[in-house]
Amino acid sequence: MKKQSKKRAAAALIRPLLRGTGRLFAGAVVFSLLNTVLSASLPQIIRVAVDSVFAGRPLPGRLGKLLAPVLADPPRALLLAAGATLLTAALAGLCSYLGQMGIARGSEAFVKSLRDRLFEHIQKLPFSWHSRNQTGEIIQRCTSDVEVIRQFVSTQLLQVFRIVFLVAVSLGAMFSMDRKISLIACAFLPAVGAYSCVFHFKIARRFRTADEAEGQLSADVQENLTGVRVVRAFGRERFEIGRFDKLNERFSRLWIRLGSLLSLYWGTSDLIIGLQVLTVTVAGIAETVGGGITLGEFLAFVFYNSTLAWPIRSLGRVLSEMSKAGVSAERVAEILAAEEEKDPPGALEPPMDGDIAFRHVTFGYGGQEPVLKGVDFTIPAGSTFAVLGGTGSGKSTLAHLLDRLYELPPECGSITVGGVGISKIKLSHLRRNVGIVLQEPFLFSRTILENIRAARPGATREEVRRAARAACVDGDIEAFADGYDTMVGERGVTLSGGQKQRVAIARMLLQRAPILIFDDSLSAVDAETDARIRAALRQSLGGATVILISHRITTLMQADRILVLDRGKVAELGTHEELVRRDGIYRKIYEIQMNGADRALLREGEARDGV
Amino acid sequence: MGYEEEEYTASFSLKIWKGLFPYLKPYRRMLLAIFLLNLGCAAMDILLPQFQQYAINHFIQSGTTGGLALFAGVYGAVVVLQTLFVMGFTRRCIRVEMNLGRDLKRACFVHLQTLSLSYYNTTPVGYILSRVMNDTDRIAQIVAWNLCDMLWAAAYLVGVFAAMLAMNARLALAVILVVPALALATFYFQSRILLWNRRVRRNNSRITGAYNEGIMGAKTSKTLVTEDENSRGFRKISEETRIASVRAARMNALYIPLVLFLGSAATAAVLVRGGGMVLRHTLLIGTLSAFASYAVGILEPVQELARSFSLVVAVQTNIERVTGLLEKKPGVVDRPEVAEKYGDAFHPKRQNWEPLRGDIEFRDISFRYPDGKENVLEHFSLKIPAGTTVAIVGETGAGKSTLVNLVCRFFEPTAGRILIDGRDYRERSQLWLHSNIGYVLQSPHLFSGTVRENIRYGRLDADDEEVERAAAAVGADRVAARLENGYDTCVGEGGDLLSTGEKQLISFARAVLADPRIFILDEATSSIDTQTEQLIQAATARLLKGRTSFLIAHRLSTIRRADLILVVRDGRIVERGTHAQLLRERGYYRELYLRQFEEETAAGALNAGT
Repeated sequence: MKKQSKKRAAAALIRPLLRGTGRLFAGAVVFSLLNTVLSASLPQIIRVAVDSVFAGRPLPGRLGKLLAPVLADPPRALLLAAGATLLTAALAGLCSYLGQMGIARGSEAFVKSLRDRLFEHIQKLPFSWHSRNQTGEIIQRCTSDVEVIRQFVSTQLLQVFRIVFLVAVSLGAMFSMDRKISLIACAFLPAVGAYSCVFHFKIARRFRTADEAEGQLSADVQENLTGVRVVRAFGRERFEIGRFDKLNERFSRLWIRLGSLLSLYWGTSDLIIGLQVLTVTVAGIAETVGGGITLGEFLAFVFYNSTLAWPIRSLGRVLSEMSKAGVSAERVAEILAAEEEKDPPGALEPPMDGDIAFRHVTFGYGGQEPVLKGVDFTIPAGSTFAVLGGTGSGKSTLAHLLDRLYELPPECGSITVGGVGISKIKLSHLRRNVGIVLQEPFLFSRTILENIRAARPGATREEVRRAARAACVDGDIEAFADGYDTMVGERGVTLSGGQKQRVAIARMLLQRAPILIFDDSLSAVDAETDARIRAALRQSLGGATVILISHRITTLMQADRILVLDRGKVAELGTHEELVRRDGIYRKIYEIQMNGADRALLREGEARDGV
Repeated sequence: MGYEEEEYTASFSLKIWKGLFPYLKPYRRMLLAIFLLNLGCAAMDILLPQFQQYAINHFIQSGTTGGLALFAGVYGAVVVLQTLFVMGFTRRCIRVEMNLGRDLKRACFVHLQTLSLSYYNTTPVGYILSRVMNDTDRIAQIVAWNLCDMLWAAAYLVGVFAAMLAMNARLALAVILVVPALALATFYFQSRILLWNRRVRRNNSRITGAYNEGIMGAKTSKTLVTEDENSRGFRKISEETRIASVRAARMNALYIPLVLFLGSAATAAVLVRGGGMVLRHTLLIGTLSAFASYAVGILEPVQELARSFSLVVAVQTNIERVTGLLEKKPGVVDRPEVAEKYGDAFHPKRQNWEPLRGDIEFRDISFRYPDGKENVLEHFSLKIPAGTTVAIVGETGAGKSTLVNLVCRFFEPTAGRILIDGRDYRERSQLWLHSNIGYVLQSPHLFSGTVRENIRYGRLDADDEEVERAAAAVGADRVAARLENGYDTCVGEGGDLLSTGEKQLISFARAVLADPRIFILDEATSSIDTQTEQLIQAATARLLKGRTSFLIAHRLSTIRRADLILVVRDGRIVERGTHAQLLRERGYYRELYLRQFEEETAAGALNAGT
């Protein structure tokens, strides 16, 4: 029952994507049916030719009257038959082409809209969904499962129609000629069909096992390749080969066994079909000799009979592929069923240059223990606000919540900007007005130029360069062979951690947001560059509200106010001078960083250099 | 671009296939059997229309059923025989396919174990993997199935022509005329179908890449509000894929009806010419029907021949890729006299191995990476007495691994010598050196398997007790204790089920078990919780004792412990000395140090007591 409703849900999600392709699919079915009818009329031409030309039997009915003058002249009749054959074949070919193209256009358009929908949907799913799901798994569904669905729609779907129709037409033609032999011919069919179905469903599991064995082998090779240093360093080549051999052997053995089974299946069904043809032929001979049917009919009969067997044999495969496609559709639909980020009706677009206030905020990820516990503070508009906290203290969570990467449930406190609750603000408006640089920023595999102006595609090259200069990364970029047009990532250069952070800062500057968050985003930049960047930023930021998350006292002490988070709670809050005077965590860090034993060594060095 | 699979050979080349011959040799007999069975099959296929001819000429035309039982019996025998032939050759084809694939994979894998690290540094894993897994499969498949299919098709064609010529030479010529047209059409379309399919595949991998980026970059896209922009970019790729797929489909949609039409043309030709003969009583009507059957019947072998031929040509690319890999020479090789004395990686002669003390000396070393433009080390000399701890510091990507690569002989110096215990290390085998090195990576690499198996990797003949003792020595026993099945818990692919810190502890245990004279630690940069951090520090201290060690270090506590610090910047060693010496100099080390110091003190104070 549950399975049924799941299937229905999957269909409901995927069906809208078929919109606009209905005509193509309908056309494909019509043309493919026409093709079947035309192809099936070829034996009729032969039958007429054989019976009336060679055997001299008059053709019954209206057609006979119509063709009588031609048939009176046998050589001309033969030419006519040949001409009719060619014409029918040409028409059948045309219908086949149109049918195939219809299905190709329809299915490819459908698959494209499915892919687009999935991509767009995934983009719009809340970040909490992304962190819950594994990348590899999602990609698997978006590619392999979509491919299974594509295969089904582009080949199997039409195949089902064709099989049913072909069998119907052939049987119809056969029964119209001779009931007795037709019944004999039919007697074999259920056996072939049932055998095929049982076999394909039975073998499906073996296919899975063999596929898994291939996956394991592939994973083993991959592990060996990625772990090559460990293998070499421990001199474990022989051991590795032993393990590989075992998996390799298993993989080939499984497939050989599977192949032998398939071979047995092919052989057996070939045999059944061969015997069916034999039986029908022998019965046909007896019937023709007995005068039940004409020679032409006998030939047509043998022909129709030969088109009966293969579709029924492929029935099993089509059905098992269908069930596979069903499973894939469910897996894809599961993604589509997840809820996208949405604005409530009447979402606001207020000015974002007001005070930011966190009020009694308590938050935990996915129902886990809270990482923020009753946090309460205000960041005055236009000020620089620093946050200091250890691993897991919840400092990044502040940024996540402010940018609504995670939603703060209403009962867990509130966050406001300029007095407006951020949950009431239009999401895109909020995020456009909050710039974040993450500790490990992500750059897209595009050019550096495109990366920097991601948030404002209209920005000019000069604006991009200005932002890059402010982020102290212009020089680095110019040093690349292609400058700003250098590709980032696998197909281009690999940037160092510090360079990535600075490119991300440039990207954020171009966003021109009134609220800026630096989430530990200068950690890979040395202290001097850090200071230079901050100086440059101060000039280009204007009246923006800045939130700095850092470990570096020299960075923190520049801020107007400093918040010290300790295990999810506000431990200290104040200016640098206030905090240094207080006996707390901040002072402890300050003292270690500024007065440690190593400081003495450093001062010693400085004194010697006369600095 | 170098790694895109773009190459495309257009003509048959025996030279390429020669590279494959040694791998076919074990299957000579089976291939011969397949060949013979295929001949048998073709013979049966040729015989079958003869039954129809006989039936019409002897029963129907003369109006008798005398001998029909015998007819049915012979017919049945042929059907059974054909079934046996088909089963016989398909079984063997699968056997050859899988065994050949297995042999090729093994050859690649074994060869890969001998290739030097420089190869791995410059070649993406995916690229190698597709050679080992996909290309070999493809080769085996084409060799087993299509080569034999071609034989069947050729035999069938020859047989059918012979039969037709024997029955009626003039009519036979009418049918034979269709063959070249069909062959041409098949060649034309087949190459285009292959081409478009390749384009579709390339587009598909772009789509996979786009999904990957869309998901990995989701957080960034959200903060920048570029979701719609990304979707627009994606739609461009998916549209290109759609167009390529429709084009590929069009080729098929044109080709199939064309073939069928040619069959009908042959039938029509038979009807007109043969029909005339029947009317003039120079041809029996049963023979005419057999001709019609053959006219349709030859479609398949001709198609098969042309299709298989283009596949056989196309698979040459795969063969070149695999033989290219197999012919790749390792960059670091033991000299013949060394291999003679010490054995190779697969047959070590441990009885000849000298024990290793751990004195290492770089004597006037210059080094450049095989793919590099300039020397990263120039006349570098350094003596490291046994038991010394050397820390190598510098920014990410500055080239800190170079020295380690040289010490491990993953690369050999371009000029100069590296002496171990006073002797050039090239005078001993790689395995001798590697068996004396313990290596712990910054992102520790575990293999899928149990905790126990991963630790035992350090010394394969260690018993359970030794494994557990090694684990306890570095605190990895706590990791095992936490896990459901203890030491027998599977760690997942690449150890994914464990945290980085846990993986590190297990890789420490692995190194302890190996009990190496030289120890190399590539320290993790990622943050680890305080408790694990302390465990790791303790384990490191234990491991360093009495061994010559190289630490690619990030943590101050590790760096401070070193007897010698080497500072690397832009690939070169810019400073060397002890911690105190280097701090007194106002150099690059000081700058690096300050940054790290601030990070760690803050983290330390904040995490204290957590």
